[in-house]
Amino acid sequence: MKRNPHLTQKIAFFLLLLATLLIVVPVGLIVVIIIQKGLPAMNWQFLTDIPRQGMRAGGIFPAIVGTAYLVGGAIIFALPIGLLAAIYLSEYSKENILSRIIKLAIINLSGVPSVVYGLFGLALFVVFFKFGASILSGALTLGIMILPIIITSSREALESVPDSFREVSLSLGASKWQTIRHIVLPNAIPGILTGTILGLGRAAGETAPILFTVAAFYLPQLPGSIFDQAMALPYHLYVISTQVPNVDEKIRYGTALVLVLLVLFMNLMAIIIRSKLRKNKKW
Amino acid sequence: MRKIKEFIIEKMILLCGLAAIFFVGLIFLFLLKEGLAVFKMVGPFDFLFGKSWYPISEPPKLGILPLIMGSLLVTLGAAIISIPIGVGCAVYIAEIAPGKTKEILKAGIELLAAIPSVVLGFIGMVTLVPLVKNLFHLPTGLTALSGSIMLAFMAMPTIVSIAEDALYSIPRNYKEGAFALGATHWQTIWRVLLPAASSGILAAVMLGIGRVIGETMAVMMITGNAAVLPQSILVPIRTLTATVAAEMGEAVVGSEHYFALFAIGIVLFIISFIINVTADLFLHKKQ
Amino acid sequence: MVTFSVKDLNIWFGTTQALKDVSLDVRTHEILSVIGPSNSGKTTFLRTLNRLNALHLHLKMKGAVLFENKDIFKIDLELLRRKVGMVFALPLPLPLSIFDNVAFGIRMQGIKDKKRLAASVEEALKEAHIWSEVKDRLNESAFKLSGGQQQRLCIARTLAVKPEVILFDEPCSGLDPISTARVEETMVKIKQKYTIVLVTNNVKQAARVGDRTAFFLNGTLIELDSTHKIFTTPSDTRTNDYIVGKFG
Repeated sequence: MKRNPHLTQKIAFFLLLLATLLIVVPVGLIVVIIIQKGLPAMNWQFLTDIPRQGMRAGGIFPAIVGTAYLVGGAIIFALPIGLLAAIYLSEYSKENILSRIIKLAIINLSGVPSVVYGLFGLALFVVFFKFGASILSGALTLGIMILPIIITSSREALESVPDSFREVSLSLGASKWQTIRHIVLPNAIPGILTGTILGLGRAAGETAPILFTVAAFYLPQLPGSIFDQAMALPYHLYVISTQVPNVDEKIRYGTALVLVLLVLFMNLMAIIIRSKLRKNKKW
Repeated sequence: MRKIKEFIIEKMILLCGLAAIFFVGLIFLFLLKEGLAVFKMVGPFDFLFGKSWYPISEPPKLGILPLIMGSLLVTLGAAIISIPIGVGCAVYIAEIAPGKTKEILKAGIELLAAIPSVVLGFIGMVTLVPLVKNLFHLPTGLTALSGSIMLAFMAMPTIVSIAEDALYSIPRNYKEGAFALGATHWQTIWRVLLPAASSGILAAVMLGIGRVIGETMAVMMITGNAAVLPQSILVPIRTLTATVAAEMGEAVVGSEHYFALFAIGIVLFIISFIINVTADLFLHKKQ
Repeated sequence: MVTFSVKDLNIWFGTTQALKDVSLDVRTHEILSVIGPSNSGKTTFLRTLNRLNALHLHLKMKGAVLFENKDIFKIDLELLRRKVGMVFALPLPLPLSIFDNVAFGIRMQGIKDKKRLAASVEEALKEAHIWSEVKDRLNESAFKLSGGQQQRLCIARTLAVKPEVILFDEPCSGLDPISTARVEETMVKIKQKYTIVLVTNNVKQAARVGDRTAFFLNGTLIELDSTHKIFTTPSDTRTNDYIVGKFG
């Protein structure tokens, strides 16, 4: 029997569509489930109260604050280093073995399993530098983890600035750094911002790197300094869904919803900035 | 004055340019520093191929073969599920989906990439785990299979986006040439585009697998955490990553258990290093 | 007086040689036109004079280029580029306002005084014959100007730095005939004050504005003479063939 190519195509395309739906439909379902079941828990008290009765009641405020500290700290550490590294790769490095090794290192840094970052943070910051399990240790660990995200996206943003701008600036007697500072950077800011926000989102959602570097199981108070332990949203969700029995489902879903909303909000911001940038592009 | 300032700035830029190398080196160094001590108590061979993991018995048994097998089993399962579906989805997005749908699908995939793994683990616990339990009439749904399905799902964004990039970057004239010879769209995809994008797709698969092996939270929450050599895909298992995450909290700094967990970290680091370098070679071969 | 003195200049990009043993002088306050087919090395030659070629990776250079009797590689790079301005093939305003475009070069020298900046900007815009068109919209984006206006803005931007030489790299290639005429007019007017090297694909333009004309082919300088001589009795048949349009 001779196969009909058009029938084959129909079957093949149907299977491809099926594969796509197998990914996209569950994604939609997950978001819907979290929103539907988490929304009833959402109220002012849940967001602003400390956890009570062994996390079976009360709110998640310390976890929100802890995550905010961690994310803020991570970005303070990673943004300057990442941005300068991106400037090096985009403006200074030549196509040689060194830049090849740097790029490989960045790829590896982004591929290192998150739990290995946790081990590293424990060994270096907690034990070696004696910071203890603290916001400082956790933020630095997360900072190194998001470094490749910031480098890669900033570098793309810098490289998308046309070379002609650089040539014009140089031809007018500006030095290389002046050209970067006054021409390249201002035009790359939206892209750099996008990468930074994506890095923030990633840092906010990660659990494994903070497991042994900062996370407190149950600490119903706000951290006083960067040398304190702190709760964090993702770890809190892990704890109340696996380590503490008889937690009201509402609280679990509510925590998941807050975390997802936080991360999605950051991604949405990044998408908005990116599309604005495309629209306003002047060249 | 300005020249001095610029000189300093440019030196700082160079320094930060080397930061990535510095941190990769630092991570490896500290893993070695804390992890190599375990080999004073147990030989590398016994560590890697020892069949018992009882880190707190007296004396401790530190063989990670059950953990390696656990990781391999869920990874294999995840690969079998995610490769056809992921590549299929990439082809659909790159070749078949019309403009608007394409953007929506890509946004959906990006959304999946953004959801924290602990949230996916939680959702897996309350949906997938009972489903697996009831479907196969098991005493528990916390099994390698649940882990594989969840991890397959988590590898999708990596596989789809890189494979789609690879398909997208094939020169147009390949496709036009095939059409000109009277091939159907599917024949063109199957005989021309997929082979042409093969090294990029291979890289996508490898990086997806790298993501799976390194994944920690979700897998810890839904695979049951039993550090025994798995006999089937329907029993609880424990992966390398989950072992570290679950036990480091209790391990005493400087104990054999502590060193052993760092040694697992070394194993994970080396695996991810090999995967990433190889995938990068495939991606560069393409160009 | 000689502004640039080029001796046995050879340039390679990787393995391809872009310039072969080029020697010539650029005289002070002349308009030197450089003509030749594409890939003849004329733009490479031009970009050597303000060392903009050096941005290119894999560049190799042999020979000497003297600016006012000094090796250009021994002059402070930023100073050289201030003295040797450049106008590019396409109008390339920076993504800034009209005012900021013109003020850019001066600001980079560390001048912040607002009155002084405003005076310099006005002077440069007047010199480039665009002041009357833009004086009421100095804070608008430079991208709002027409192509011809943008190119004259770019000339003003170069003039604002007070260069001694201006390198024009096919400055009218993207412009309509009327805009071209206005740019050429500007060029001839500013000639008293500046030395001009004009690279052009447009043979007629060279004939209209050039005092002397150089003809490049495959990276070699074929001949250099007064524009009148080149266009009436060139000594090399290839020059004649190019001018009458047999190739290129």
